[in-house]
Amino acid sequence: MSRRVALAGVGLADNGKDHGQTPYGMLAQASRRAVAEAGLTPADIDGFGSTALGTLAPIDVAEYMGLRPRWLDSTAVGGSSWEIMAAHAADAISQGRADVILLAYGSTARSDLRNKLRTGSLDWGSRGPMQWEAPYGHSLMSKYAMAARRHMFEYGTTLEQLAEIAVSARFNAAENPQAQERTPITIDDVLSGPMIADPFQKLQCCLRSDGGAAVVLVAEDRVADLPSKPVWVLGSGESSSHVSMSQWEDFTVGPASVSGPLAFQRAGLTPADIDVCQIYDAFTSMLLITLEDLGFCGKGEAGPFVADGRLRLGGALPTNTDGGGLSACHPGQRGLFLLVEAVRQLRGESGPRQVAGAETACVSGTGGWFCSSGTMILGTR
Amino acid sequence: MTSPAKRFDLPTVELETKPYWDAAKEGRLLLRRCASCGRAHAYPRPFCPHCWSEDVPWEQASGRARLYTYSTVFFNDLPPFNERLPYIAAVVDLEEGPRMMTGLVETEGVDLQLGMALEAVFLPLDDTLAAPFFRPALGKDTT
Repeated sequence: MSRRVALAGVGLADNGKDHGQTPYGMLAQASRRAVAEAGLTPADIDGFGSTALGTLAPIDVAEYMGLRPRWLDSTAVGGSSWEIMAAHAADAISQGRADVILLAYGSTARSDLRNKLRTGSLDWGSRGPMQWEAPYGHSLMSKYAMAARRHMFEYGTTLEQLAEIAVSARFNAAENPQAQERTPITIDDVLSGPMIADPFQKLQCCLRSDGGAAVVLVAEDRVADLPSKPVWVLGSGESSSHVSMSQWEDFTVGPASVSGPLAFQRAGLTPADIDVCQIYDAFTSMLLITLEDLGFCGKGEAGPFVADGRLRLGGALPTNTDGGGLSACHPGQRGLFLLVEAVRQLRGESGPRQVAGAETACVSGTGGWFCSSGTMILGTR
Repeated sequence: MTSPAKRFDLPTVELETKPYWDAAKEGRLLLRRCASCGRAHAYPRPFCPHCWSEDVPWEQASGRARLYTYSTVFFNDLPPFNERLPYIAAVVDLEEGPRMMTGLVETEGVDLQLGMALEAVFLPLDDTLAAPFFRPALGKDTT
């Protein structure tokens, strides 16, 4: 058995600052919307994937929603887990192990911090490989900052070029009523902001948000019955790199350099064929390096590549059209939000931020600190 | 009486890694080198991560390294780092080949440049543990 797989429904929770919901509630709200949009009911769901919530993910959230799935996934490799789970789900549907798979996420990272339910910096523990970094306080932000500094050193990438990525994200967010931050910013605004982890100022780093998102994948035999316009999975790839920064061979090359070419090869497409991108941007440099890794430009060329506003709506390569993690929503893991926005763009439902005639999308999630990557190519045909 | 705040900077020393931390307490940086393929590795494992040989004797490193990259950290709310801000997180390439995560110290007045020569310096973490940090090897760059 080998069936084509479509994304049939997507949903977001009432993401924002005053939602009054738990992470479970946000996850379930997004799920109800995605399943309703697909014209399906809970009884149709035979597979379920979720991660980063509950003690035995994805079972806690499946239980919360009253589901008893017979296909499960809970990939736990950071924000890219969602592109990787979507690929696993597509494979499972293709092979007949499931017909309808729901992927759903919810997080109240922003509220949790304000309510002192968590710390700002993450405690990774001090056992096993983590004992080698415990004494040194390598915060997540400093890991990305160290990679950015190496890219600047090797290729002459500038802070202004990195800042343009934040400015482009905010430009796009202006057209998204659900984006957390919509006030336009300039390169000077970015560079004059408070330093977080040198060379990164605050606006080079993503938001901390609350949010829920959900996606429904279905087999091609179900597509004719759907009320929504299907978006097809054309190809996907995944890869892992390191967790300990000492085990990363080249800080200017991320794991999308493996997952990207795999996804494009399996889709039979190249970066030149892509109309719109949703690429994980927890930090400006994450997007910059990933653009190179995916092959949208050569290694070391992404600074000038993005500097002309190419990533903005109306630009040559509209990217993170909802405003991305830098301006729209970043609740701990952004991977599923990338898929939601890509589907909406390919359906032509994005209103003032619609990329005209978009037929192909490249979605690429990065997990951890360039630890893992999942790339998925989507299309309307 | 209040209990002291939990510290996030202390490694959990394991049987497998105790020789490394014991040596660090004595001011020595240890690697393991594979007797089969000849490559040194860090962080230390009880086998070679390159060829999986289990013949990996400990070896004392020179403590000389080059700065691969760094970041001055201005935000970290985990104790005791929250009381040390700003401090410098770094990744260095040891003369023997392996790369390691560390911190830079004694950098006042030094223009930090990637590729610059560094040398190990061992700082106490508490009464029983010490860890290798690196400082600029000023005037000692022979290349």
